[in-house]
Amino acid sequence: MKAALLEVRHLHTHFFTKSGTVKAVDDVSFSVKPGETLGIVGESGSGKSMTAMSILGLIPSPPGKIVSGEILFKGEDLLKKSEKEMRQIRGKEISMVFQDPMTSLNPVFTIEKQMVETIRAHEKVSKKQAFERSLDLLHLVGIPDVKKRIKMYPHEFSGGMRQRVMIAMALSCNPSLLIADEPTTALDVTIQAQILELFKKMQDELNMAIIMITHDLGVVAEVCDEVLVMYAGKAVEMTYTKQLFDNGKHPYTLGLMQSIPKITPNKEKLEVIEGLPPDLRRLPKGCHFAPRCKYVMERCLIEGPDMTKVSEHHTVRCLLYEKTKKAVKQ
Amino acid sequence: MLKYILRRLAMLIPVLIGVSIITFSLIHLIPGDPARSMLGEKASEAQLELLREELGLNDSYLVQYGRFISNILRGDLGTSIQSKESIAYELAQKLPATIELSLFAMILAIVVGVLAGVISAVKQYSWFDHLSMTGALFGVSLPIFWLGLMMIWLFSVQFNILPPSGRMTTGVHLETITNFYLIDSLLTGNWEAFKDVLQHILLPGIALATIPMAIIARMTRSSMLEVMRQDYIRTAYAKGLKRFIIIFQHALKNAFLPVLTVIGLQFGTLLGGAVLTETIFSWPGVGRYVYLAVLGRDYPIVQSTILIIAAIFVFINLLTDILYKYFDPRIKYN
Repeated sequence: MKAALLEVRHLHTHFFTKSGTVKAVDDVSFSVKPGETLGIVGESGSGKSMTAMSILGLIPSPPGKIVSGEILFKGEDLLKKSEKEMRQIRGKEISMVFQDPMTSLNPVFTIEKQMVETIRAHEKVSKKQAFERSLDLLHLVGIPDVKKRIKMYPHEFSGGMRQRVMIAMALSCNPSLLIADEPTTALDVTIQAQILELFKKMQDELNMAIIMITHDLGVVAEVCDEVLVMYAGKAVEMTYTKQLFDNGKHPYTLGLMQSIPKITPNKEKLEVIEGLPPDLRRLPKGCHFAPRCKYVMERCLIEGPDMTKVSEHHTVRCLLYEKTKKAVKQ
Repeated sequence: MLKYILRRLAMLIPVLIGVSIITFSLIHLIPGDPARSMLGEKASEAQLELLREELGLNDSYLVQYGRFISNILRGDLGTSIQSKESIAYELAQKLPATIELSLFAMILAIVVGVLAGVISAVKQYSWFDHLSMTGALFGVSLPIFWLGLMMIWLFSVQFNILPPSGRMTTGVHLETITNFYLIDSLLTGNWEAFKDVLQHILLPGIALATIPMAIIARMTRSSMLEVMRQDYIRTAYAKGLKRFIIIFQHALKNAFLPVLTVIGLQFGTLLGGAVLTETIFSWPGVGRYVYLAVLGRDYPIVQSTILIIAAIFVFINLLTDILYKYFDPRIKYN
């Protein structure tokens, strides 16, 4: 078995606001191996993006703070690194592609300037060399007419093209881990498919690991090897993608699966998970999903469950499966 | 771009015609007889008639206006009633003094204002932020003549380290080339004069810089706070860029547009002659020139100077508009 490239252990990231402590990331653990793709799925506010920002050390502080946990990257704890050391990792070892390509590029600089500065921030190369590499990268991600395009400003590109530029920029120093935070959410469906295809192609060519943050199970099915499901800051289920779709365990995961619209003529109403995610400042006692859960038991309102192993490489945070845990232990 | 500039320059023509009509009318808007109001109660009828003839006040308005314009186009701004000197010649002496003082004040205001604004935004709610924003509030609220007088009292009277008035100590020799004393002294390598001129410009420069500096600082701060929240700043951090570069390149260039607008307007106002400051510090510039002309009812001076100031003002505005394009490439000129 390959050693993990990134291993996150019991990460807790909290925001200390005037109206209370927000546990944005509340006990999240997972690992990613080189060349693999991990999907992190969940609703808005479930802590997906904050998990990613924690890895890069970009939690706005104050009010945010990583309270406890470990983030091991190539065996070293990123939380123990200085700001300077982190700066050398960001954009080089771990790079990130953001949700909205329309606003993620600086509007007042040319693509050339933005690409060249990224390369030159990490490598001692001449402007010309950095420029040449930028041309290659843009070509690689499928930008036509690169020599002319590189001199242009972001507003002269379409959304899909801008996301390609973002990806090219993220790839510019051959990162071993790419974090993509909802990279296709803001794009048209046809463009989404192209961008996902591009991620796969790049991964094959560069053998990097990808963390794909999304709320779209379609994207997960398309590109991910493993999936982490998050709810209200907590990891609630983690397993292989196929296992999750065939044999998902957590009631929240099941709810998500059912709420995917299906093309069947007699289906009248869309299945939904009743209720809303809880206010992270006033989390319910016990299981955070209990108020919305179809299978809720009395115990659920009192006890918060731990991650339980239900089978090889499949963990769930739900009291329904606690028995199995005991069985496994025995 | 060039086309845009040419078109904007062409658009200046109607503006300047409008201004010229207004300044021309000035002399005729004086209640009663303009000649009498210029010469005073004691002037004889013969003197009045002579002045009327001299100023051409006996012709029809249209003829007078035509003459006014054609004179200006030939560079003839008329003659001062009191000194009998050519106004064009006098302005050529006064204008560099005003421009030099305005530039000095503006550069001071921009450097200090932008820096204070940026630091306040980056360190929001820190002691520096509170201090500089309180300072800025005082800056915009203080009456400038009071500030000027207090500075003279403090630095010239109490400590006696800076001169209270003028551009240069009489007796200091300076060969003038451009009439910008700081530049002239540098060009001729005359360090003694440079030091003297710098000492003279310091107090009026600071007094004049106070209000623009305060406005620029506040504008920079609010604009930077807005920009620092943007996605592309997060991207810049994620790329592993240095904080200094993110703040002063990525953020500041985006935040600069509203600041530039303020700078343009303030600079235009300063160039119009800071009447109060120039008067308090006896700065031999346009502001003081106009002030004295108004007191002496020297209307030809008032007319010509207003026209020149208006032209400078619209020109600065044009310059600001062109600079916009540098800071924001999304701006299209058509």
